[in-house]
Amino acid sequence: MTRKQRRFALIAGALAVLAGAVALILVALNDNIVFFFSPSDVAARGVSEGQRIRLGGLVAPGSVVRGAATDVTFAVTDGVENVTVHYEGILPDLFREGQGVVVLGAFDHGRLFQADEVLAKHDETYMPPEVADALKRSGHWQGETAQP
Amino acid sequence: MIAELGHFALLLAGALAAAGSLLGLIGAGRGHAGMMAATGRAAYAQFACVAVAFAALTHAYVTSDFSLANVVANSHSAKPLLYKITGVWGNHEGSMLLWVLVLSFFGILIARFGGNLAPRFQARVLAVQALIGALFFAFIIFTSNPFLRVIDPPLDGEDLNPLLQDPGLAFHPPLLYLGYVGLSVTFAFAVAALIEGRVDAVWGRWVRPWTLVSWIALTMGIALGSWWAYYELGWGGWWFWDPVENASLMPWLAATALLHSAIVVERRETLKSWTVLLALVAFSLSLLGTFLVRSGVLTSVHAFANDPARGVFILAILCATIGGSLVLFAWRAPVLKGSNPFQMVSRESALLINNVLLTTGAATVFLGTLYPLAIDLLTGEKISVGPPFFERVFVPVMALLLVVVPFGPRLYWKRAEWERAVRDLWPAALIAILVALSVAAFVSRAPVLALLGVALGAWAIAGAAADLAARIELRTADWRRVMARARILPRSAWGGALAHGGLGVLVLGAVTMSVWQIEDAATLKPGETTEIAGFAVTLREVAPVQGPNYSAVRATIEASREGTVVATLHPERRTYPVTGMATTEAAIWTSGIGDLYAVIGEPNEEGGYIVRVFDNPLAPFLWAGALIMALGGLLSLSDRRFRIAVPGLRRAAPPAAAPAE
Repeated sequence: MTRKQRRFALIAGALAVLAGAVALILVALNDNIVFFFSPSDVAARGVSEGQRIRLGGLVAPGSVVRGAATDVTFAVTDGVENVTVHYEGILPDLFREGQGVVVLGAFDHGRLFQADEVLAKHDETYMPPEVADALKRSGHWQGETAQP
Repeated sequence: MIAELGHFALLLAGALAAAGSLLGLIGAGRGHAGMMAATGRAAYAQFACVAVAFAALTHAYVTSDFSLANVVANSHSAKPLLYKITGVWGNHEGSMLLWVLVLSFFGILIARFGGNLAPRFQARVLAVQALIGALFFAFIIFTSNPFLRVIDPPLDGEDLNPLLQDPGLAFHPPLLYLGYVGLSVTFAFAVAALIEGRVDAVWGRWVRPWTLVSWIALTMGIALGSWWAYYELGWGGWWFWDPVENASLMPWLAATALLHSAIVVERRETLKSWTVLLALVAFSLSLLGTFLVRSGVLTSVHAFANDPARGVFILAILCATIGGSLVLFAWRAPVLKGSNPFQMVSRESALLINNVLLTTGAATVFLGTLYPLAIDLLTGEKISVGPPFFERVFVPVMALLLVVVPFGPRLYWKRAEWERAVRDLWPAALIAILVALSVAAFVSRAPVLALLGVALGAWAIAGAAADLAARIELRTADWRRVMARARILPRSAWGGALAHGGLGVLVLGAVTMSVWQIEDAATLKPGETTEIAGFAVTLREVAPVQGPNYSAVRATIEASREGTVVATLHPERRTYPVTGMATTEAAIWTSGIGDLYAVIGEPNEEGGYIVRVFDNPLAPFLWAGALIMALGGLLSLSDRRFRIAVPGLRRAAPPAAAPAE
């Protein structure tokens, strides 16, 4: 091979790897982007059954019901709308009624939100930024320190 | 008083950095020997000042001086001494001070050991280093000054985030910073080379040890962070594709690529402009990592609630450094011509493939990490990109890389023969296939992709062994000759093989953990038992315990197999009254080839506790693999090639590049 051909082969090879990576990225991004919804967003825009979303808000006071074994149900609220969430597993250390929370999962056919991950930050004054935004939009934002 | 001294020293260090960068750039431009020599002295003085500032802040922490706002916000008098000291860098302001301390330390290393560099080149490297320092000193002084006093000092502090009160995390930031900032040296070398318009074998030889130092530190720092996440977060996993983890992975990937392409520059004087670009990119990714972690733009465990002015300032530094260096590159890179040709099958090609795959890997992580940020800015939509994205994109790229890894060291420079590499490596391929087949035979649930992963891990380990075997002629020569060959084999060859083998060990651990991890959660009352992975796990008792600055409930869990107790585990849930935070302390029992991992949850109304137990096969391989890789790096760093002075370097501008070997 001449020098020119070799260089061409090298560049073609590198471009092929790049094209492969871009294709992989596009396919994977399409399937794995998870949108954030507040309970009001869910009510306004609707979420189809089985679509994975991140749902954020406050754990509605008085809504936590612990069932058998590690079962738990609770409501996520932004002060306007509520969504009932079911979860099986250990709740994070700072999961409390009235605290900000983000849950990852999907609605089942009975419109119950089945969560497979519950995230609450390890800090009492911390509020997940998306939740803070959602509360501001629903008009129930009380500031970083004074939480309901 | 001591705090004021520290504050003053910090300002002085900033001024010295600014002076050093001007002296170096102007002095080197004019060829003024006095100014160039002064650059080195400015570097020493700058380091001394930062060290004083850092010592002053440490003193404030150790003596719990609550008249400093920073100490109030991040310390408490009841905190153990170790965490008072590590608390110095467990917060934003202090960690930035550590950042410039490490930067200045690298500055004096260049001043001290760069004696056999051409003086003009050395002055330019020091000047670039000082310029980066000046930007960061400005950042600290204007937006994150750790020495600000409070008018009305409180009686006690607000305590350090309890998650950071941990020995693993105490040393994670210094190691990570050593790695991040170490890349500033290669950045400075690249910028100086662009200014001079000359990159040669000697440049490659200089850049490699610095890259190695930061690569070793990054490897250890990332491993330590991952280990911490494993035992402290209590989620049973070791890598979560958290933006902050990604922020440290990207520079690591770039540094790994740079490590390999610098070999090509050193030995063959080719891939020059690519290597220079890689050096610029690697440090840019370090800065990006600092930006992502420090500005709080991304949601993560590390994101401290933050002041947006800081984010804008770091963004400005980022734009200036990355933009400036890339413009310089676009302008000067065409000067760096003159590469040596090589055949398709050659060591150069193998290293080029390594570089293409590593940078592609870094690019995929970059996209996945910053995509949510871009979407938020463009559309206001909040999205997140989860681990499945990275698993589907990053993992295949790395798998491809693992296929190539053992071939690289077995190919000659310039023109190599396939047949020879195949002859050296077929036993390794056979071992890899046998390992995968035996896993398929003995493990009940073995998906094809997992077997492929196991085979690739074994291939990397066996391939590294085969490389060493071929180098010491193990299969052809008699033992006397083998011993003699082993003795003269350079340490960098041992180091390289060790690092590749360590990678294989890490891959085995990662594949096994992701496929064969077993998790079970059960609500147990004291005395009750559950079954997991052949263990009977019994909750014996739950008792309150009192720590120095926390109170905890501590469970006693017994794991037994066939009636005999194998391990007793003590997971805890700690509550820190000052911050009102709770943390989970996982209990881990390791058999060397697997971990039994237990976490205790909250009690329910009937007095039962949620107990979560994981069986983590080969989890220790993850940390062992990283450690072996770092050891390989250290061995390579001790190679005598990097220690001997290169003659003829003292000339200001050698007419032609010195041959490498």
